Amino acid sequence: MISSNQPKCLTALDRPNSYIGQSVPRPNLARLLQGRGQYVSDLVLPRMIHVAFVRSLHAHARISAINTEAARAMPGVVAVVTGRELADVVTPWVGVLSHLKGLKSAPQHAMAIDRVCWQGEAVVAVLASSRALAEDAAEAVEVSYEELPAVTDMRSALDPATPAIHPDLGDNLAFERNHDAGAVDAAFAEADEVVEVEFVFGRHTGVTLEPRSVVADWNAGERRLIIYQGTQAPHMVQNIAAKHLGLAEQQVRVVCKDVGGSFGIKVHIYADEMATYGLAKLLRRPVKFVADRVESFNTDIHARDHICKGRIAVNRNGSIKAFEIDDLTGIGSYSMYPRTSAIEANQVVNLVGGQYTTPNYRARARVVFQNKNVTCQYRAVGHPIACSVTEGLVDLAARRIGMDPVQIRRLNLIGDDAYPCASPTGLRFEALSHHASLQKLLQMMDYDALRAEQARLRGQGIHRGIGLASFIEVTNPGAAFYGVGGARISSQDGVTVRLDAAGSVTCYTSITEQGQGSEAITAQIVASGLGVSIDRVRVVLGDTDATPYGGGTWASRAAGIGGEAALQSAKMLRGNILQVAAAILQARPEDLDISDNAVVDPSSGERKIELSELARIVFFRPDTLPPGLQPEMVATRHFVPREYGFAFTNGIQASWLEVDTATGFVSLLNHWVVEDCGTVINPQLVDEQIRGGVVQGLGAALFEHCIYDERGQLTNANMADYLVPMAAEMPDIAVGHVVTPTKESELGAKGAGEAGTAGAAAAVANAVNDALSPFGVSITEIPLTPRVILSALGRI
Amino acid sequence: MKAPAFSYVRAESVEHALELLSRHGNAAKILSGGQSLLPALNLRLAAPAVLIDIGRLDELRGIKLRDDVVTIGALTRHADLLTSEEISASLPLLRKAAAHVAHPAIRNRGTIGGNLAHADPASEFPACMLALDARMVIRGEGGERRVNARDFFRGIYETALEPHELLAAIEVPRPQPGSRTYFHEFVRRSGDYAMTGLAALAHVDGAQLGDLRLSYFAISDRPHLARATSHLVGVEITAERIAEAQAELDAELDPPDDQQASAAMRRHFARLLLFRCVADVLGRPELAMEAVR
Ligand SMILES: Cc1cc2nc3c(=O)[nH]c(=O)nc-3n(C[C@H](O)[C@H](O)[C@H](O)COP(=O)(O)OP(=O)(O)OC[C@H]3O[C@@H](n4cnc5c(N)ncnc54)[C@H](O)[C@@H]3O)c2cc1C
Repeated sequence: MISSNQPKCLTALDRPNSYIGQSVPRPNLARLLQGRGQYVSDLVLPRMIHVAFVRSLHAHARISAINTEAARAMPGVVAVVTGRELADVVTPWVGVLSHLKGLKSAPQHAMAIDRVCWQGEAVVAVLASSRALAEDAAEAVEVSYEELPAVTDMRSALDPATPAIHPDLGDNLAFERNHDAGAVDAAFAEADEVVEVEFVFGRHTGVTLEPRSVVADWNAGERRLIIYQGTQAPHMVQNIAAKHLGLAEQQVRVVCKDVGGSFGIKVHIYADEMATYGLAKLLRRPVKFVADRVESFNTDIHARDHICKGRIAVNRNGSIKAFEIDDLTGIGSYSMYPRTSAIEANQVVNLVGGQYTTPNYRARARVVFQNKNVTCQYRAVGHPIACSVTEGLVDLAARRIGMDPVQIRRLNLIGDDAYPCASPTGLRFEALSHHASLQKLLQMMDYDALRAEQARLRGQGIHRGIGLASFIEVTNPGAAFYGVGGARISSQDGVTVRLDAAGSVTCYTSITEQGQGSEAITAQIVASGLGVSIDRVRVVLGDTDATPYGGGTWASRAAGIGGEAALQSAKMLRGNILQVAAAILQARPEDLDISDNAVVDPSSGERKIELSELARIVFFRPDTLPPGLQPEMVATRHFVPREYGFAFTNGIQASWLEVDTATGFVSLLNHWVVEDCGTVINPQLVDEQIRGGVVQGLGAALFEHCIYDERGQLTNANMADYLVPMAAEMPDIAVGHVVTPTKESELGAKGAGEAGTAGAAAAVANAVNDALSPFGVSITEIPLTPRVILSALGRI
Repeated sequence: MKAPAFSYVRAESVEHALELLSRHGNAAKILSGGQSLLPALNLRLAAPAVLIDIGRLDELRGIKLRDDVVTIGALTRHADLLTSEEISASLPLLRKAAAHVAHPAIRNRGTIGGNLAHADPASEFPACMLALDARMVIRGEGGERRVNARDFFRGIYETALEPHELLAAIEVPRPQPGSRTYFHEFVRRSGDYAMTGLAALAHVDGAQLGDLRLSYFAISDRPHLARATSHLVGVEITAERIAEAQAELDAELDPPDDQQASAAMRRHFARLLLFRCVADVLGRPELAMEAVR
């Protein structure tokens, strides 16, 4: 399955038996396909009990009474615990970060105490010998509520007449950011044309195949809490759990085995998960919480939900003069902990217009509370909004001045020779490839032929459209994201590589695997850096007792940061091994190398000593080694990029689709992506990351929507009514690459996890508007449902 | 999302099932393919005390053609309808429709009897049965009775079945030679329940329609047989005739509003389906083009 015709992208690492740049099958594949994965829900511990939460039926209400008597008497019930009782075990938290100036939120408890602030907030925990019995008993818990007015519409959340959800905060404004760069007013005043429009982004969520799951086990003898959880950030969970359960960090161990998809959903601290840790400690026995699908929809973080006014100034020659946005987003009733719910709006401000040359940019973002489930960081945080606004405005500007969408981009995208440079919001770009990517995309899609086909079909009443969306993506974040704001979320990662006694290699990494192939790329890098075959490398991840300390897997950082740490630790171990080999072979280390599991003469390739033989001597016959030589067969290296706050990547997507103007249905016909994530470690994994990301973006564009009614009730919290994108509706997605490695690391890899999601919806929206251009309508709302399209066409 | 506790009995024969039904009455539910019942249990929307599994009763399975009537056993699975040669040859409408019901995994378990007894107004099969003028063969301890499709569906999840009765089979008259069928539904994703759909049976007489049965689904609380077709039968079909029929159709419909489709959308889709259906069965695509304009 190793495809050999892939271009080799890594020169520094172009060692004879390098796996870098090859589509090596994932080492965990056979195990997962044979059903031998170990997900949290598979875990059964002695004396383990199950928790089901009684959840608020109201968006906003005072809890006037809780009666748990009947529930306690139900079969199998071990305990029924209220929020007030649990508050003695778990302290509350406030989801703010100091670098997001002015961000405020209210203290949040693991379970509601006297007031519920969104439908689905946990109120009472029922613990029983099975989940079914816990659910039976949960039905017997009586909670009396006094309903309070629910703040649901973000547009009126800041009106003086709207009550503040948290009266102590004074109003419903969680965060506001303003940015003004260049000469915006002058640019708008002088431009030939100004286009202004409002974009609406529906609220959606990242539907993971495996729901959020925790088993918490308090070992009173050891005074240690073991948390088995599908999380993206084990060390962050360790820190937060310890902090709020009054434990020292070393009293908490987080074990993260297989995870069935995360997409950012599993990088946060959820109240019900904190409650589960607390319940295990309170009851001194293992407690399992596995969210069911309805709970997932009601409590997994949601995302987007923005209304963004955008303005663009353009001259008739195609020169873009300025961008201006005014973004409003509703984040639910608390700012999420510990990463906060202001990051998405902050990203929108950061990113709008970032691929273009104009220095004139003004932005305002306001983040408001509502009585709904919280929103927070979901795959591509802010990017889809920034990209849809920017690229939507650019297309509208092009249409206004009668210019082809390709041409306006050619004229305004930052030149490939302009780096390093910075955006109007001060983001520093090391090296991007907008024009090379655009050129490659046009070739892949055969743009001119598609335009001709579009024109021909229009004559037959068939309305097809082409949409382009260029984007920039934040990857490999350093401390700038969270560390500087006071959150104990590591931005560095570490890898330990160990040569074992039989000559095989065990590697411990602080990045985590959610199904995307972290384990595979780590094995590839270590095998390449060390000179061993990949089947000799075993990767261990997801255990705070075992791996080096690190951030985990989020924000498209695992390959770029954890990958570099893997490379450097492998190289260091290689050096150590060669030192020993040199002593054994009476040669100089620099005249030796490791290749194909043996120490070799690099010029002739002659095998000098097998690693297994070297290991035998090191571990069992050290007496034969020269005196004073102490072999170190373990090496650890850490890495975090220091020069740039983020490694920006870039790319461009295109959508080709057909709109049935009689029915409002959109058929996606084709989708192309060209992206530049620097060094491609495993082409197949990168391409599938892109495709998966695109599919989530297409879901946002056409299907996915958390629909709340005016009373704050989520009305489609199930898989029948919340429409995830499915295979039959998805187009073929062709992926191409331009490779601009980052010079911050030897590996040169940037992130690729979010690029697909960043631009897919923008490409679709632009294509729909292109298809509908003969009708003189343009739609700036997603999801683009048949209802939205039929209404815009005036057919209903 | 765990079902509340229930008792489970596997029926050994139809008589046994009927006896269990009359013993437990409303507290019991028949379990066929389980594709509607089990999700309802898991969501705790239903909590029957007893499930009577009829899944092993071979006498309720199979497709037979005799004297121009196709008899389909209640336990015939959606997947069987898709692959059966008798169905392809005699009831192409059912075959077309089956391809739109859910996804392969569900079609491998879901049964026609369960589907019709469940009577989801957005389901494809009840509308097909109405278009085909089928009869439901119902068994109770007192014996067997037959109910026409038009009387069988009584509302959302409501049928003419009494709690102690079992749907045993469906008898479908084989359409006359030369009849044509049309099936289309508007769904957001393939396999979803429809926003509006149409199952139609037409008899074409030269350039005219000898008979036209337009059976809409997801437009009312039960499948709806359009009366507006009277404008189209036995006359020369022109865009004006179709427009008249559409106006009439609009007047007879009172569609619901829901998340996927507003009432206005459903009316729009129903009118469009009328146009597309007539154009299709008459082989006159230009009629459908006019509808778009
Ligand atoms: C994801 C999903 C998508 C679906 N999409 C569609 C779709 O697009 N279109 C569609 O039509 N259906 C759809 N279905 C439903 C599917 O077709 C079911 O199979 C069908 O509705 C019920 O058939 P069943 O045999 O599974 O019945 P069961 O679930 O076993 O029973 C359903 C109900 O009928 C009663 N019942 C069953 N058999 C009999 C009988 N012989 N006599 C009397 N009462 C009986 C039961 O007591 C129960 O109340 C979908 C289901 C799922 C899970």
